[in-house]
Amino acid sequence: MNVAIVIIFLTAVAALLLGLRARHGREMTLEEWSVGGRSFGTVLVFILLAGEFYTTFSFLGASGFAYGKGGAAYYILAYLTLNQVAGYWLLPGIWRTARHERLVSQPHFFVRQYDSPALGLLVAVVGLVALLFYFILQLKGLGIIVSIASYGSISPTVSVWVGAAILIAYVTVSGVRGAVWNAVIKDALILIVVVFLGLYLPWRYYGGYGAMFAAVEQAKPGFLALPAKGNGIVWFQSTVVVNSLGGYMWPHMFSSIFTARDARIMRRNAVVMPLYSLMLLFVFFVGFTALLQVPGLQGDEVDLSLLRLTAQTFDPWFVGLIGAAGLLTALVPGSVILTAAATMLANDVYRGTVRRGMSDASVNRLARFMVPVVTLIGVFFTLKGGTTIVGLLLMGYNFIVQFLPAVAFSLRARNPVTKQGAFCGILAGVVALVALTLSGTTLVDLFPFLPAALRDVNTGLTALILNLAVTGIVSAVTRPAHAVASAAAPTFGR
Amino acid sequence: MYLRLLSLVPFLGLVVGPVFANRVEPLVFGLPFLLAWVVAWVFISVAVMACVYRLDPDNRRPDGEDPRP
Repeated sequence: MNVAIVIIFLTAVAALLLGLRARHGREMTLEEWSVGGRSFGTVLVFILLAGEFYTTFSFLGASGFAYGKGGAAYYILAYLTLNQVAGYWLLPGIWRTARHERLVSQPHFFVRQYDSPALGLLVAVVGLVALLFYFILQLKGLGIIVSIASYGSISPTVSVWVGAAILIAYVTVSGVRGAVWNAVIKDALILIVVVFLGLYLPWRYYGGYGAMFAAVEQAKPGFLALPAKGNGIVWFQSTVVVNSLGGYMWPHMFSSIFTARDARIMRRNAVVMPLYSLMLLFVFFVGFTALLQVPGLQGDEVDLSLLRLTAQTFDPWFVGLIGAAGLLTALVPGSVILTAAATMLANDVYRGTVRRGMSDASVNRLARFMVPVVTLIGVFFTLKGGTTIVGLLLMGYNFIVQFLPAVAFSLRARNPVTKQGAFCGILAGVVALVALTLSGTTLVDLFPFLPAALRDVNTGLTALILNLAVTGIVSAVTRPAHAVASAAAPTFGR
Repeated sequence: MYLRLLSLVPFLGLVVGPVFANRVEPLVFGLPFLLAWVVAWVFISVAVMACVYRLDPDNRRPDGEDPRP
């Protein structure tokens, strides 16, 4: 046992204890939080929302992607910014509907907006698949941290199991609500760690980040911009569009919109949140510094780059501190995702189809039972490996963005989309996505008359376009005649 | 409606813009040109959205509650 791994385990225990305390004094903690929320509103809401965006993905994943793909990594900064612009217009509408209809979950939103339990079930299943990608990514991060901080004495496979065990314990102890303070501590800690590493590491190895970039450009010309092929400009553009439109479609993001108090706070958050995403800049600095200092990481090993460089530079106790910050960035969002997935499985899938009359208490018990089940599925796919952290999240976004047309149209005063249209559109998008991804088919293979540059279009965007087309056609066919007539008549508000 | 058009400006900068900004040199403030472009547009987006927030009549209501569209 070395110092690093001891510090990491102590952090895990401390997080568990904080979670336990939050559960015992839950009424008080929540009350405290909401009162605090009333007095310095925007700041706390900002921290909480930011916390759900910045996870293992932005810590280990973004540095790994910069290391592996170079300039393509800038897509993360672009999409996080545009996601907030889209959120400015989407969130108040979703929030208003949720408040009006007293909604509890994302599938619930679809059931009410389209008066269709079948659509709710489809959304729950697709949402679960997407969440699983997000969850695997956190587990992978946990495994990497435990494995590197043990300096090889704990194998990567065992590390993933250890990470999963910590996560199950955390979710079981801290309960469905989770510990707000863990989230606050985690955000403060990760911010300090990332800014420090991003400034110190380039300075230590090159004398500054400018010199570091100049050295990278000399060693690998063009690596810091977008390549002509693969993750090039077309890939960048389509990926930014898909991810910025999909960001608020995640089931757990959706639920956090429901809990907000006031539409204006969300708009204000949408305005300033992109500044927080500049934190990614420092993560990129670390990834690019690692490029020439810990060379040779291949495939999904690139996710190790930040921690490898850290372990090579600092003493074990300091590696332990950085690993501890990393542990919290995986643990806190991981528990939110795990809870959301387990609840959706119990409430929307099981209660929605098998036992309609189930009581809330039994749904809760079932959800708790689902926590280890979902975790085991996650561990299975994590151990299969092969995909980078960013690769996993990109896949999740491709699924989740398929909800956008049905959500956006349903917020209009007169929804032109019917329940059949929404159902067929989402189904078509998801089926196309799976088929295209598994077969490796691109847009250009399907339509050879298109320019070859479109070969690199993000598959999620191709599926989204198909989704839109199917939604429009099926809605036009299934729209009742009188609705068409009244839509044509002049409308006076609602 | 013109407010919605205004919020398309960040999309122009970050989705269309990189076509013209896709190069490493010159380094701007030590950053590769494309990265500096993206960072600059993060700031411009915040400024644009701050204007949208100011101009948006929904934010002038005292209770923060919006009327249904």
